Amino acid sequence: MQASSHAIPHPHLHESAHHEEAGFWSKYIFSTDHKVIGIQYGFTALCFLFFGFCLMLMMRWQIAHPGQPVPVVGGLLESLLGPIAAKGIVSNDLYNSFGAMHGTIMVFLAIVPLAFGAFGNYLVPLQIGAPDMAFPRVNMASYQFYVLGGVVMFFSFFIPGGAAQAGWTSYPPLAVAIPTAGQTFWLAGMVLLITSSLLGAVNFIATVIQLRAPGMTWMRLPFFVWAQFVTAFLLLLAFPPLEAAGVLQLMDKVAHTSFFLPTGLAVGGNLANISGGGSPLLWQHLFWFLAHPEVYVLILPAMGIVAEIIANNTRKPLWGYKSLVYAVLTLGFLSFIVWAHHMYLTGMGITIATFFQTTTMIISIPSVIVLTCMFISLWGGSIRFNTPMLFVMAFLPMFGIGGLTGLPLGFSYSDIHLHDTYYVIAHFHYIVAPGTIFALFAGIYFWFPKATGRMMNEFWGQVHFWASLIFMNLIFQPMFAQGMAGMLRRMADGGANYSTARVPDAIGGLSPHMLQLHTYILWAAVGLALAQIPFILNFFWSINNGKPAGSDNPWHSTTLEWQTPTPPPHGNFAKAPHVYRGPYEYSVPGHPTDFTPQNQPD
Amino acid sequence: MEIPYTVEARPDTGLYNAKVGIWLFLASEVMLFGALFSTYILLRVGAPEGFWPHGWLNIPVGTVNTLVLITSSITTVMAWASLKMNQFGRFKFFHACTLCLALTFVGIKSYEYHDKFIHYEITLNDGKIADGHLVKKTADEVVISGHYVEDRKELFDLRASGATHEHKEIAIPRSQIKKMENYGPWHSTYLAIYFTLTGLHALHVIGGAIVIGFLWGPGASLWKRDPERFTNRIEISGLFWHFVDLVWIFLFPVLYLL
Repeated sequence: MQASSHAIPHPHLHESAHHEEAGFWSKYIFSTDHKVIGIQYGFTALCFLFFGFCLMLMMRWQIAHPGQPVPVVGGLLESLLGPIAAKGIVSNDLYNSFGAMHGTIMVFLAIVPLAFGAFGNYLVPLQIGAPDMAFPRVNMASYQFYVLGGVVMFFSFFIPGGAAQAGWTSYPPLAVAIPTAGQTFWLAGMVLLITSSLLGAVNFIATVIQLRAPGMTWMRLPFFVWAQFVTAFLLLLAFPPLEAAGVLQLMDKVAHTSFFLPTGLAVGGNLANISGGGSPLLWQHLFWFLAHPEVYVLILPAMGIVAEIIANNTRKPLWGYKSLVYAVLTLGFLSFIVWAHHMYLTGMGITIATFFQTTTMIISIPSVIVLTCMFISLWGGSIRFNTPMLFVMAFLPMFGIGGLTGLPLGFSYSDIHLHDTYYVIAHFHYIVAPGTIFALFAGIYFWFPKATGRMMNEFWGQVHFWASLIFMNLIFQPMFAQGMAGMLRRMADGGANYSTARVPDAIGGLSPHMLQLHTYILWAAVGLALAQIPFILNFFWSINNGKPAGSDNPWHSTTLEWQTPTPPPHGNFAKAPHVYRGPYEYSVPGHPTDFTPQNQPD
Repeated sequence: MEIPYTVEARPDTGLYNAKVGIWLFLASEVMLFGALFSTYILLRVGAPEGFWPHGWLNIPVGTVNTLVLITSSITTVMAWASLKMNQFGRFKFFHACTLCLALTFVGIKSYEYHDKFIHYEITLNDGKIADGHLVKKTADEVVISGHYVEDRKELFDLRASGATHEHKEIAIPRSQIKKMENYGPWHSTYLAIYFTLTGLHALHVIGGAIVIGFLWGPGASLWKRDPERFTNRIEISGLFWHFVDLVWIFLFPVLYLL
């Protein structure tokens, strides 16, 4: 049935859709074509990325100017959200909501759907020479669950009391004790999102195992496919424990159980009316069992994109392809046994801490292998510095900074000082923002001509790149200093209460210089927002007006997605491809062109 | 291009697509239930001495339910084997049995749930605790069939004493009641994990029964058009059913016996 459904739109889809617009609905909304679903994922995720970014801008305003109305959108904020945003001020409760939802939206609704849902969906079947995903309708359901989860999350801003306020980590008892319904919406939204990624993960793995074209052996897979393959395993196996934890916290919230609520819990000075006997630590274990592999879900697809673009633009085979493959498999495996390094301060014995410190240090080895292979791949290449390549070249040192600053957090003794400070914020944002997001931008610029047949504007692409690079660093670099000075994250006033200006002889108080940095960061963030305008305009303008790509393979690439018509039709390949060679045969001596596509016979 | 290996197996993996899919799905299910079983262990290890319940569930009833599910797994295999031998009538019969057994399981489970929901622990103003099943509830008084205990701890280990308590009707005026709570998930962490685990398992049973019911009823028309594909579907749904059965094989000792 799946096989027949891609040739003709499935009849029952027509019935459920509006008849007068049947063509549009079955083609764009209820599509089972992996490319359309990939674009749906991409567009929705970019919208959430923008939304999450806007939340952050308002938070940065509040931190830099505590208690002052947000300029421009303050009035709108009050009319939309009511008393929680009285006078257009981001109140402490609202700040907590924005903080929790910024994290949730960026991780679960923006980056993962963009990196895995959009790029993975669009490219994996093309790169392995398959006509579609193994289960096209499951693929559609995966996207629909994602949208549903997103709607629940988004809607929760407008319920009385607002969205979840207990951080994206939702630690109980706080998460359960907050009397508003935001957390219940958060949990329901998470269950939907987890269902979505489960369906996606099953589909990706089955597709890579079953639908590789003849001759596409495992060691001929492009590195991007390997990265997505391992990512899918992480999603498949790490997400269910969070689903379990989500169900348990939902029980705590709705059925008044005490899974995460200890005996003797007092809320607001009164003993809570609960049975008690639960364990707050249990949530943290279940949460981080997901959330550490999740870090690799965020970074592995980005590494995959980077590898493809490096090989293409250095016109050289990727250095150490096999090392990269084994490194990424090792990363995937090890990511399951490092989770408790997020919990050094929440109570665990020295022995356990030592175990998790050891595994955490070991996992940096495959990460360094990946980065090293990519750096060496640049060696001696005649590099084409186009926009995608610039983003990729920036990814390497930015991810390097993010990774190296993680080492002090992996040791329990240095973590004690840095835990929960702005240092941590700076560290993981360096990995995800100028790391993963730069790789995703690179991917958009790189594969845009395949999806649309037109190139994005090169000049405005470079403007976008240089401005983003500068402002990203201006935002996150000062946070390392703030964190090392002891400034804690999640404070609605940005630490003004702990300032030495307020309490001059306080031990470990924050100097006014550190607080002053908030203002610079705010303006850098505004600059970053402005830097995205060329991208947004370039993106939409180029769909119809960009320079025509000229051929199906404008970058002269070797991998299979470029050996299809542009844009690839339903079913992808004009005739079933056969693979004869590895993915990166660039500049083979004696060959007439400097690239040899994988499906070109000897 | 058609999607390959939807029905026939791919030569190098020896599997058709859906079989890979269902095994992956079951792997994630293992992680889901694994997390819940870990929760059980953690809560039990963390419980104060003497306050982890024993003997709260009816072992004979649980045993019957275990046998019901095991039998349904056998009929599932027989149904699939019948299709492999091209005997559609036998398939219909065996999967009808599977469906009846599934419904029996859910029925017995809801009886057990009901029994917990009408079971009350009532703390009186003088500190005594009355414990038993509700007989009737009016505006002035509550009547239960049960007994009094002095120490709450007595309620937790019923392995020895549970059967020997004489149960008599106790009428308690509302004015004397300090706290009244039934044995729902809010009562204790044991019941919380009991209801969560068995509830999630029951949802799996119901979901599986709906799929098998569809394949037994309207979905069976596929047999005439594409018998191999239909047999595959029965195999896939059967694998899921065995998994659901297997989860119960773990749940039964963990919750009833240990």
